[in-house]
Amino acid sequence: MSAFRLTGLCSCRGVSLKVIESSCNLSRNRRGCLQRPLLNGTRLFSSHSLNSKVNLNIIPADLVDKLERLALVDFRTKEGLACLEKAIRFADQLHLVDTSGVEPMDSVLEDRALYLRNDTETEGDSAEELLKLAKNTVEEYFVAPPGNIPLPKREERTAMLKHSEF
Amino acid sequence: ASNVAPLIHLCQKLVGVVGLEIHAQISSNSKLFSGSPVCFSAPPNSQVSFFDASLPGTLPVLNRRCVEAAVMTGLALNCTINKKSLFDRKHYFYADLPAGYQITQQRRPVAVDGVLTYSFLGGKKRSQVVRKHVQIKQIQLEQDSGKSLHDDVHSQTLIDLNRAGVGLMELVMEPDMSCGEEAAAAVRELQLILQALGTCQGNMSEGQLRVDANVSVHRPGEPLGVRTEVKNINSIRYLARAIDYEIQRQIGVMQRGGTVHNETRAYDSKSGETIPMRDKEGLQDYRFMPEPNLPPLIVFEDNATLPPGVDSSQVVVVQKIKEGLPELPSVKREHLVQAYGILPEHSFTLVNEEGLMEYFEEVMKATRKEPRKVIGWVMNELLGQLKQQDMSVSQSPISPAALAELLELQETGRVSSSGAKQVFQVMWGSSGKTAEQVIQEQDLGLVSDATQLHNICQKVVDSHPTEVHAIRNGNAKVLNKLMGLVQRELRGKADPVLVMEILKQKTRGGGC
Repeated sequence: MSAFRLTGLCSCRGVSLKVIESSCNLSRNRRGCLQRPLLNGTRLFSSHSLNSKVNLNIIPADLVDKLERLALVDFRTKEGLACLEKAIRFADQLHLVDTSGVEPMDSVLEDRALYLRNDTETEGDSAEELLKLAKNTVEEYFVAPPGNIPLPKREERTAMLKHSEF
Repeated sequence: ASNVAPLIHLCQKLVGVVGLEIHAQISSNSKLFSGSPVCFSAPPNSQVSFFDASLPGTLPVLNRRCVEAAVMTGLALNCTINKKSLFDRKHYFYADLPAGYQITQQRRPVAVDGVLTYSFLGGKKRSQVVRKHVQIKQIQLEQDSGKSLHDDVHSQTLIDLNRAGVGLMELVMEPDMSCGEEAAAAVRELQLILQALGTCQGNMSEGQLRVDANVSVHRPGEPLGVRTEVKNINSIRYLARAIDYEIQRQIGVMQRGGTVHNETRAYDSKSGETIPMRDKEGLQDYRFMPEPNLPPLIVFEDNATLPPGVDSSQVVVVQKIKEGLPELPSVKREHLVQAYGILPEHSFTLVNEEGLMEYFEEVMKATRKEPRKVIGWVMNELLGQLKQQDMSVSQSPISPAALAELLELQETGRVSSSGAKQVFQVMWGSSGKTAEQVIQEQDLGLVSDATQLHNICQKVVDSHPTEVHAIRNGNAKVLNKLMGLVQRELRGKADPVLVMEILKQKTRGGGC
């Protein structure tokens, strides 16, 4: 399974699939590679594309469930799942790129020097301001439930969120 | 390991395999990625910056001291320092982790492939120094989480973020150990090293050093068994007990034909048992990803490899840190053996017991007594009493100077060695009294007045003609009986050397 980042895809409603072009790394020149990926253009978004393994029902339900629990996102509907599938297929295009011999880039800051701070106390006296942000506090402590509240099962969630805006 | 041995025999040689995951809180003024202070007991949430509280728009800024601490610790443990290391995010949800992820170093930590050499006193009489090694897989920098206080009465958890973001060094030790004693000795040695380096104060009860044990059992030569993780261990003593309990528990399970489950268990010091921890939702998936806000961390080998014109406060140079390493415990032990001619097992105990080495050296400065004899007093009388009353060296009612005085008095014949031991006991119970005072009060001073001794010896000799006869006939052992009688007369306060001389004279023939 290719690595995919869904941080922006919570409520998938017709999300554009044209994003993230610059993440493709074709040339050795790391800086300013903003060209569209050079692919066999016409086959980009067709459903009979590159990866015949990927079709609408291939993501196992328990994997989706696991993702929902780990990231606390909700794919909610068939449309949501379809969006997920499309996003995966889109990201899979990265496999077409020949990266042999190329170091992976995980930060656009990779050629910057990491700034090192002196070990002095410069902040941290913000108890009042921070506690004000919480609805519930007890004697300068934040209040949380007794443990992680288990995510309700899919059926329960569907019922709970039936009338939600999304 | 001695209480596991008979069990091993019974169970066809199932043996324990122990690995450790240790979190050492870095001793620094401020946190790993923010300028909040690091301090033990502060009012809740009074040492929390906006970044620590994970407010949007805040970014991590790495503390140079924490990098230096990790490099120093890596060097002391013979690790390879990765010139380039990377930061990652480890995601999980818990109320004391406000960001929903912890910044750690999963892919490339700052130090790898080290070795920790540790010792413990083994053998039949526990007087032999046994040396072992454990491989250090890696040392990585990571953030600490906040603290959760569970309030079961109101069914809530109170969160204090003072600790959130404090720098930690996670040390992973390979499963090279086989029992609680070994693990305890390894952690003790690590504690001594960290304290000598100043990178971590190592106080387990204050949470500065946290140890989780990975325990499994198997038959030697066969693949490793399923392991359990044991948490909630607050002292070195409990560490040994928890591990030994868990090994025995697992052997018991296997014996009954059951299977060991891969789970996390908590150690309960009251019962001495490990119990399964609730709230563990199956296998966690931390979805590691590179920390996008931090470039790679580069440390330089030496000044020659520095880029030109760089600010010295912006670089960490391994060579400089290597040169600044203080004396490590193993070296200290060697020096003690060299300097004082004491046995390795004594030197081991001196360094192992907090404050004992300093105590010993203080005494040595103030007495002419031979080191090996002083060691006897320090190990037996002093340490014996301390252990019996569960006290630390710093709590000793007898100061090094006071003990030195007593030893000097014994050296000069003011008191016999058994008398000195009595004086020691009295001094222990009445703090502040000097040896001389006690000797006078208890009238324990040795009688060395020649006239008095002669008179008493004469009396004994005169009243025991049979014994004198036996001595004159060559049975020298009978002298001891006469010595005993003289000592009884003087209530044990006769200088034995003088008395023996006088008795020998008097029984030689012809009297005095």
